[in-house]
Amino acid sequence: MAPTTPQEPGLSAVPSYEEEQSQARFDALIDQDSRVEPRDWMPEKYRKTLSRQISQHAHSEIIGMQPEANWITRAPSLKRKSILMAKVQDEAGHGLYLYSAAETLGTTRDEYNEQLLSGKAKYSSIFNYPARTWADMGAIGWLVDGAAIANQVPLCRASYGPYGRAMVRVCKEESFHQRQGFEILLSLSRGTEAQKKMAQDAINRFYEPALMMFGPPDEQSPNSQQSMAWKIKRFSNDELRQRFVGMIAEQVKVLGLTLPDPELHFDEEKKQWIHKDLNWDEFMAVIKGNGPVNAQRMERRREAHREGAWVREAAAAYAAKQAQSEVA
Amino acid sequence: MKHEELDEALDSFGDALASATRVTPGNALRPEDIAVDGVKPSEEVAQYALTLGDDALILAQRMSHWISRAPELEEDVALGNIALDVLGHARSFLTYAGLAWDKTEDDLAYWREEEEFTSLWIVEQPNGHFGVTIIRQLIVSIFQNLLYKQLTESKDETLAAISAKAVKEADYHRDHAIQWTIRLGQGTEESAAKMRHALEILWPYVDEMFRDEEVHQNLEGIAVLPSTLRSAWEEEITAVLDAAGLEIPSTGQAMAYGRRGEHSEHLGYLLAEMQVLARKHPGASW
Repeated sequence: MAPTTPQEPGLSAVPSYEEEQSQARFDALIDQDSRVEPRDWMPEKYRKTLSRQISQHAHSEIIGMQPEANWITRAPSLKRKSILMAKVQDEAGHGLYLYSAAETLGTTRDEYNEQLLSGKAKYSSIFNYPARTWADMGAIGWLVDGAAIANQVPLCRASYGPYGRAMVRVCKEESFHQRQGFEILLSLSRGTEAQKKMAQDAINRFYEPALMMFGPPDEQSPNSQQSMAWKIKRFSNDELRQRFVGMIAEQVKVLGLTLPDPELHFDEEKKQWIHKDLNWDEFMAVIKGNGPVNAQRMERRREAHREGAWVREAAAAYAAKQAQSEVA
Repeated sequence: MKHEELDEALDSFGDALASATRVTPGNALRPEDIAVDGVKPSEEVAQYALTLGDDALILAQRMSHWISRAPELEEDVALGNIALDVLGHARSFLTYAGLAWDKTEDDLAYWREEEEFTSLWIVEQPNGHFGVTIIRQLIVSIFQNLLYKQLTESKDETLAAISAKAVKEADYHRDHAIQWTIRLGQGTEESAAKMRHALEILWPYVDEMFRDEEVHQNLEGIAVLPSTLRSAWEEEITAVLDAAGLEIPSTGQAMAYGRRGEHSEHLGYLLAEMQVLARKHPGASW
């Protein structure tokens, strides 16, 4: 962080010469499409925005393990079980390196974790829907990971270095997950009537929440503009949603299944995909904590933290003893 | 659908997917390869491979439950890794055993009844708290490490090949269990007490691991007689417990005969959960 001199309250409204210089350097980095690194000066709002965004992303990975972990012990073949375990484990890994990226902004992982457990921090609201059937493992992979990729591929070029680099790794694995999800649905769609029905039902339930993962429509998303100016975000919510819905509209044909959206079509004149109106009231309700399994997800995370307290304490005590004996 | 068509469909995901490659641990010697290249084992070898596969399968099922529930994220990854490795071993041994009876790994995992499973009681014991899982891991991974090491010299080439891969992974599992045993044994009063408790509830299932059964007979040079592993195992685990400030408990030994299909009360629930979906859709492929 750049050195700051103590100031009279109120004086901060007028930037000092040093601050103006720092701001100019930061603006130049952004203009040149260069990367901002942890030791560079950055505006407080940029830091806060990133800190919130990266930690929310990390929290989403961690909470997002739950719906899929729910099916590991019941996976219908050993190969599927193995693939699903690897996937959920990848998510823990993503959480770890996203927390590392977020820590470079000056907040510790413990603090971020506290924000999650206290309910102060949010995570992707899609994970507040239950994974009811095995086909949900397919729909989550194809639609939820697919939407995540559409969101995240541009983030690989985010102006903040540690975030962009973390996203490169995350995206590679996510795209692998999406293929696996699609493959699950493909197997089901070529299977028995019951399997086909299961696949269609999962798509029906996840389609709309997946589209809402891109966030509110552009005109209702005030923070997006600033994020785009800072080159954290490269495309607007609606642009990304467009791109995604066009992609899945094609892919669903391969499955021989349908998207639950009779209005979905490509408008040749506007050169864009038109989808049905999404239920933003439900979206807001889920964000506020009223989704089907918000309470369950939070309790599970708190429980793991609570039950693991003695283990972490013991590990810390042991490490302290070791450090002491090395000094002695 | 043909492979080409599927590839084409998957290609429509775009460039983001092109770079996606990942080899999951446990896949280096794939069960599919064993199924294709493997020589059909004799009935005796198949029965023996089945015991190895069952131990690994039941343990993997237990371990996999930890993912998303571990004391810290690093352990979600580590325990997940272990579960994944062990499941890989199970798949290889079961695939190999199944060749003798024209059965797949899934036929054996999902369509056998409880009394047909030949796993040891130690692996079906519930996870309990983290310390219980660690002690179970300590007991089993030292055992499996010694066992697989010996099996790499088996006259049966497939068993030797599976074990050659498994031993490297079991070595890491052993390390993980040893480090946590020492850390928790020497951590706080509370953690030490929990570890002593874990040892007490799991020790009764130690004898069974080393009992030579009918399934081990007539396989000289192919199978490892479990009784021959006991002294090395005891030496190693005693050293670890010493370092952890823990002791071998003075508990009795359970009359456990998992190899003969006689199980504790825990296995039924584990299998019910594991098999429920597959059994709901007979003949389906996934």
